[in-house]
Amino acid sequence: MSQIAFWGAVELGLVYAFVAVGVFLAFRVLDFPDLTVDGSFPLGAAVTAVLIIAGVNPWLAAAVAMVAGATAGIVTALLNVRFKILNLLASILTMIALFSVNLRVMGKPNVALINADTMLSPFYGLGLRDFYVRPLFVGILVLVAVVLVWRFLESDAGLAMRATGANARMARAQGVDTSRQIYLGMAISNALVAFGGALFAQTNGFADVTSGVGTIVVGLAAVIIGETLFGARGILIALVGCVFGSILYRIAIQVALSTDTLGLQASDLNFVTAVLVTVALILPRLRRRGAA
Amino acid sequence: MIKLENIQVVFGKGTPLQKQALNGVSLTIEEGSFVTVIGSNGAGKSTLLGVLAGDVLPSGGRVTIGSTDVTRKGTAARAGLVARVFQDPLTGSCGALSIEENLALAARRGERRGLTPALGSRRREHFRERIAELNLGLENRMRDRMDLLSGGQRQAVSLVMATLAGSEVLLLDEHTAALDPGMAEFIMNLTQKIVSERKLTTLMVTHSMRQALDFGHRTVMLHGGETVLDVAGDSRKTLQVEDLIAMFRRIRGQTLDDDALLIG
Repeated sequence: MSQIAFWGAVELGLVYAFVAVGVFLAFRVLDFPDLTVDGSFPLGAAVTAVLIIAGVNPWLAAAVAMVAGATAGIVTALLNVRFKILNLLASILTMIALFSVNLRVMGKPNVALINADTMLSPFYGLGLRDFYVRPLFVGILVLVAVVLVWRFLESDAGLAMRATGANARMARAQGVDTSRQIYLGMAISNALVAFGGALFAQTNGFADVTSGVGTIVVGLAAVIIGETLFGARGILIALVGCVFGSILYRIAIQVALSTDTLGLQASDLNFVTAVLVTVALILPRLRRRGAA
Repeated sequence: MIKLENIQVVFGKGTPLQKQALNGVSLTIEEGSFVTVIGSNGAGKSTLLGVLAGDVLPSGGRVTIGSTDVTRKGTAARAGLVARVFQDPLTGSCGALSIEENLALAARRGERRGLTPALGSRRREHFRERIAELNLGLENRMRDRMDLLSGGQRQAVSLVMATLAGSEVLLLDEHTAALDPGMAEFIMNLTQKIVSERKLTTLMVTHSMRQALDFGHRTVMLHGGETVLDVAGDSRKTLQVEDLIAMFRRIRGQTLDDDALLIG
């Protein structure tokens, strides 16, 4: 694997770290199996791309993308909490609706950002080569996000959210409005995912309506790989696990696809993903049996 | 003071399974008094507790806790007034959170939860002291996950959790029923100590007639959603478990007779 390919994989892993942290919030903290992310990731990309082309500041464009993502999360939460639709189904409904929404936002299936100013533009040409600048820039943003989410989950408010996912009856007895926690959690989760989409558009130079397909699998893969490698030892470790899980997932994919002896090609990506996630799921079980 | 006025609760209204769980129950509990509630299965004990906790909203009547009318308030909205220990140790605390995180959660019961770190050093120290009072050695395991504890240990921690924030009433829902006899005794003694030290207004639902008479100042027996016995003071002191059993038999016998009449 070339250096450029390696750092490209790291960069993509860091972009998807936002998805991983969002998925962690929904699946692990709130215990809400949320597939909205397949729609909110391209939504973030679409909103950012369209706004940047309209001349809006790229940072502001990313912020608006987060608001759009949060709204998508709130819609899913609304369907589930207010209208009692099964959580998984509620998220699938939002997800397919978002496909049309994303097409409307962009007006076409694909928007290119070539030559447009992005969040990264000021950092190119400062002496560092481009394929270092991107992962470094995204990495710093990931660090900020992880610290913020970590501090939140260890605050009084975050504890209420964790209790909602772990034991809703107990949470209510402690005065936690569990419905509100689900709204809030789904909003934060999908805002993070949409921000990941916004970064994806800005680092790759395009937004595509199909780029969301399988986002949930990639996010879950990262969470599970992180858990397998780091174990369950507190919130910060779990969040760091998500980030490294996401990076390792991308590197593993890159290695699998670039190793000639395996004879894999780009179209085998989904199969490789399934195998990777399966291995990550089976490993802890094997390890436990070995210890017993 | 806790006041239940003419409480009506009907489950499955309008269906063939319609059941009048509580039929005009009225109960006033003076501040600082400890009331025990007994009754057979289906008598309405759990429903009564649910009405006080907010899990069950009555179709008729009024619920007042302290000076607040909470008749239409849900569990979370009235949590600031109600502390509670559940029958199932797994329900009352969060297995996935650590002991100290459970305590931090309970310490803010009914209050606004902001972005302050849940476990600052001062809070940590306070929680540690409160847990050390249990003499179970749990003060050295504050960061352990709650699901590593035994049922009895979890109930003991739940009792501490119930007293971390102020409340108008403490509800105990057969909180020793899931424990072995030794641990049940430990938890009951602990309950007694905490309730008397903190002068808590307490309502304890129990299956055990022994417990119902040995603890508290007043005993209420429910049957078929109605109060059939309400004793306190001297007449309660002379009451024996045998008397209660006899009373149970009589009530049951009556219903049997009624059925026989209906069939005849």
